[in-house]
Amino acid sequence: MFEKILKYLFFLCIVKPYIYLVLGVNINNADNLPKISQGPAIIVANHNSHVDTLLLMSLFSMPQILKIHPVAAADYFCNTKLKSFIFKTLIGLIPLKRKFGKATKEELFKDINEALRAGESIIIYPEGTRGEDSTIKEFKSGVAHIAAMNPDVPVVPFYINGPDRILPKGAFMFVPFIADVYVAEGIKYDGTPTKVFTERIEKIVTSLKEEHKKREEL
Amino acid sequence: MEHFVFTDNVKLALVVLYSVIFILMAVVKVIDTVTEKDMENMWVRLKSFFLIVAFFTLAFCFNKIVAFLFLTLISYLCFKEFLSLIPTRRTDRNVLLWAYLSIPISYYIIYINWVALFYLWIPLYMFILISVRMVMASNVEGFLKNLAVIQYGLMSTVYALGYLGLLAIIPMQYNPKGGAIGLLFFILVFTVSNDFIQMFSGKLFGKHKIIPKVSPNKTWEGLIGGVIGSTLLAVIMGVLLTPFSVPQLVFAGIVLSIFGFFGDVTMSAIKRDLGVKDTSTLIPGHGGILDRLDSLLFTAPLFFHYFAYTYSIVFTRG
Repeated sequence: MFEKILKYLFFLCIVKPYIYLVLGVNINNADNLPKISQGPAIIVANHNSHVDTLLLMSLFSMPQILKIHPVAAADYFCNTKLKSFIFKTLIGLIPLKRKFGKATKEELFKDINEALRAGESIIIYPEGTRGEDSTIKEFKSGVAHIAAMNPDVPVVPFYINGPDRILPKGAFMFVPFIADVYVAEGIKYDGTPTKVFTERIEKIVTSLKEEHKKREEL
Repeated sequence: MEHFVFTDNVKLALVVLYSVIFILMAVVKVIDTVTEKDMENMWVRLKSFFLIVAFFTLAFCFNKIVAFLFLTLISYLCFKEFLSLIPTRRTDRNVLLWAYLSIPISYYIIYINWVALFYLWIPLYMFILISVRMVMASNVEGFLKNLAVIQYGLMSTVYALGYLGLLAIIPMQYNPKGGAIGLLFFILVFTVSNDFIQMFSGKLFGKHKIIPKVSPNKTWEGLIGGVIGSTLLAVIMGVLLTPFSVPQLVFAGIVLSIFGFFGDVTMSAIKRDLGVKDTSTLIPGHGGILDRLDSLLFTAPLFFHYFAYTYSIVFTRG
């Protein structure tokens, strides 16, 4: 309970004002935003900046934000007790091991599966890490595996433009810009091989990027 | 703490203004429900008119610090909207950071009444500093274009808008009827109404397009109707809130109305060049703040200098 209150206050008093007033967001096809209060979703997006997660979460209403958990690299965000406590409490982060040795899928995605089954939603970046510029790296198949284990949960692809200028990888000072967010309709796992499903998700994110480029070059 | 003086005339003007806005809103709602006419555009315009006026009234009610923080925020949001429209180079991130930092400095300079420095801060000192920082980033590809874009952004959203702050520190003795608030009220309501009247008379009589390539909705009829309507408004408001004589107000009304038009179409031309419709969607359905304040970029400085010239204002640094 205490943790939820902290997360609530953190987003209400700091993250939302920062995202909407200091930065600014243009959201396109907002009708596609998943209704997280009615059921879980797997939110998937391109990844260039730490701002991405705060931005994606801020698109949702306050009660919905409490139900969203970004999946993040355990070795980066939870390598010390303090960091682990901060990120787990304030953001609701689910740590994921990037180097997993012989662990089975079930073991590896245990926390994620539990969250999804409990009706909570997750944010995951299939590129696996932040890109150096606005290009999209090849998607890893983890998302497809998660979707295969939870076939009733829709995968909702997002494309985010802007955070690579606001706070690129390696920069420590942010520069304000208005970010653009594009949302595609959610898709459910269709039983195809995970590799094919991964490609399908990647194609949707890329097509959202094309949509943005078209708008920019108009 | 310094507070702004709201003279009786200003209070009267505020009451009249809010009444007029609410009556117009009611009329539009009635027309919308009774007839088939599409009043959506009118409604949105009225609502943003109301929002602008309400925010300004609120900010200037408290004290000088709150008002200046508010103006800083407006400039910040406008500059951010402007930059977000334009593709900037990655290497210019630090240049942009310097540009952002110049905004609070600019308003602080006005806050301490150092008007002479305000005149130089963006046009001269930032002109030098932006170049210095950009050279240090050592990327010559697109150098001039990006330099010019950042300087133009600062000139319009920080320097030109800064004149609202300058109007706010005009000493009471120069305008006993309305004070600084009276002058601010005058130019703000005049400019926003001018947009509105031009649009309205364009809708009613519009036929001959002025500059179809820049802004297809602007017609000679709209502009002329706007100039006449706005000049009338300038005389009514000016007699109540400023020390100007009627002929002076007629002159100010005509000039400001025409340059309000040019401020508006300049931003349209920039957006058309970049292929965007609105500067942002901060206020849903209203576009960004820059869309709403674009005419003010030209009218506020011109009005200030007309006033300062006519009454030979001397600012003392306090």
